[in-house]
Amino acid sequence: MSGEPQSDGGVTQESIFGTSEDAERQRTPPAERIRRAFDFYIATPFRVAWSDWRTRIGGIGVLFYILMGTVGVVVIGQPQMNEGPRYVGPFQTMEHPLGTTNMGTDILKQLVHSTPTMLKMALAGVVFSVGVAVLVGMISGYKGGTVDTVLMTVSDIFITLPGLPLIIVLAAIFSPEDPFIVGTIIAINQWPRLARQLRSQVIALREEDYVEAARSIGLSTPTIVGQELLPKLAPFILITAGGASVAIIFQSVALYFIGVLPYDTSNWGVMMQLAYEQGNAIASPQRAGHWLFFPLVTLSGMAFVTILFAQGLDRVFNPRLLARHSKTASEAEEEEPGGL
Amino acid sequence: MSYYIRRLTQAAISFVAGLFLTFTLYRLVPGGPVDAIMAQRIQDMREQGGAINQREIAQMVESLTGVNPDQPIPVAFYEYIRDIVLYQDFGESILYQDPVFDILFRAIPWSMFLSIYGIMLGFTATILVGVIMAWKEGTKIDTGATVLVMVMRSIPYYVAAIAMLSFLGFQWGLFPTGGRAPPAADPGFNLEFMIGITQHAALPILSNFIVGFAGGALGMRALTVRVIGADYLRSARLRGLKSNRILTRYLTRNAILPIYTGFMIGIAAIFSSNVVTEEIFQYQGAGWYLLRAAVQQDYPLVMGAFVFFAGITVLGILIADFTYGLIDPRAGSGASRESF
Repeated sequence: MSGEPQSDGGVTQESIFGTSEDAERQRTPPAERIRRAFDFYIATPFRVAWSDWRTRIGGIGVLFYILMGTVGVVVIGQPQMNEGPRYVGPFQTMEHPLGTTNMGTDILKQLVHSTPTMLKMALAGVVFSVGVAVLVGMISGYKGGTVDTVLMTVSDIFITLPGLPLIIVLAAIFSPEDPFIVGTIIAINQWPRLARQLRSQVIALREEDYVEAARSIGLSTPTIVGQELLPKLAPFILITAGGASVAIIFQSVALYFIGVLPYDTSNWGVMMQLAYEQGNAIASPQRAGHWLFFPLVTLSGMAFVTILFAQGLDRVFNPRLLARHSKTASEAEEEEPGGL
Repeated sequence: MSYYIRRLTQAAISFVAGLFLTFTLYRLVPGGPVDAIMAQRIQDMREQGGAINQREIAQMVESLTGVNPDQPIPVAFYEYIRDIVLYQDFGESILYQDPVFDILFRAIPWSMFLSIYGIMLGFTATILVGVIMAWKEGTKIDTGATVLVMVMRSIPYYVAAIAMLSFLGFQWGLFPTGGRAPPAADPGFNLEFMIGITQHAALPILSNFIVGFAGGALGMRALTVRVIGADYLRSARLRGLKSNRILTRYLTRNAILPIYTGFMIGIAAIFSSNVVTEEIFQYQGAGWYLLRAAVQQDYPLVMGAFVFFAGITVLGILIADFTYGLIDPRAGSGASRESF
């Protein structure tokens, strides 16, 4: 780069504080920079994601559930009692495509209006479990020594607590109704495992050259963890977050189904419980089977698309694949702030 | 040797700390069982018009829950543990008016029965399917199995349990629909009773099998693929060893190593999920009692069941750590290894 002739006849200077690359970047018009950033951070990952059938189907599915929880609630009316006759079978009338319950409530409407609750629970659970795990795992792995011992002992204690029984006890004590709180309680036994996994990855990363360089120029621990380590581990964290959200939804539905959690709004687990208790759906599926069946399918479908999406994300974060699909790959690579 | 002592101490600490946490939660949370019983007693006394005698109430509560509300928590906890260790006294169940120890002692073998068979079947299938998928990597068998495993992963075990109960139990009458043993048969070593308990346990064990199987197979495949690329495997093939020998002795044995610890922790997961399984099949194991106790706030029984569940978890992790050296000779006592 250096020694390139400039329009004024001079030669690019290579200074201590930066190479000619920096100067060139300053001259890049903002629009161009935005276009490149868009291509690098949004368009290329999207192209890679689209090229893989797992992320394509999974992504569409996840989007579908999110739309169901946001737009669907507005479009489809609130479920009410005695909207129709009792125990209408599925696919028989246009008004109640999935049939009705013992109270004559439309099942499709109930399913749609339960989605926001489920999404909120998954969101709260994922934010809590992944948040705590990232904090504990990163600090524990990077700092080592006493901090590591203390944090790992704490997470060992939480691993020892038996998951579902503990949650049942907690749910019995707190009687939580807010989906955000329910999600957080369920996430209590999710984080230690993830924290352990992250810690081992950080232990491997902390000896890398660029981290040592960052340490030697005196960057603070939060800066190193946040800016040097976190981006490297982001794919792993995101993929595990997918798994964690599925686990949280499964557990919450299980708890609602066995009737441990109180509720004021309906959700898939509550629907299953009512179908089981009031509709006696297991013993007489001809009459109430659909009431139990559709929440089950909706739940499994949500889990399936999330797992599919998370599995496929693995490819999206693979840098070699990204480079091949990027339109501005060569520039993009140069634009990366060079390893100090 | 010092490793074993250190590991045992660590396990003991996390076990006691986990119990203490639950114990404290139960005591501290307003509206917890001790408070609830106290409030009820005070109200009873008011209704009878008598003077409210704090000490008398405290004694009543203590006789009911084994916890004296006036005692500071650490003292109460110490006394609780002391009673368990010295006299096997877990207190008396409020719900059943029986010593907690007797109730759990009768229920635990049934839970063990379900869990151990579920685990064995689930893990065997995980290893087999994972290795076969990796061995046939890229073929139609691999793709088909991957999709199948992902579908299985997205169906929660309780959904499978419900479906099996509904169809195999109620519709086709192939299996009993609840309970642990045929009511007519005499307990003991007679054919009728043994066939009966096998039939009653078949469906719960199958649904435990799903807990053990679904998650692991894809991970097992990834690990096996990594081992397939190893040099010693190629040289084994060049030496002309039979496929069978390579598969069992060289491939599977090495691929199992990283997930061995996970299996042991999986035992704890299966015991946890037993709560839901036993409820669906009305199988009176430890989980069935725990659920009833938690919902009815039968405090001594919940704590007792909790001691049991936490004990199983700690034991599972300990056994995993101590036996790791047996399956991986390089690990020695496992002192320097990440446990998961």
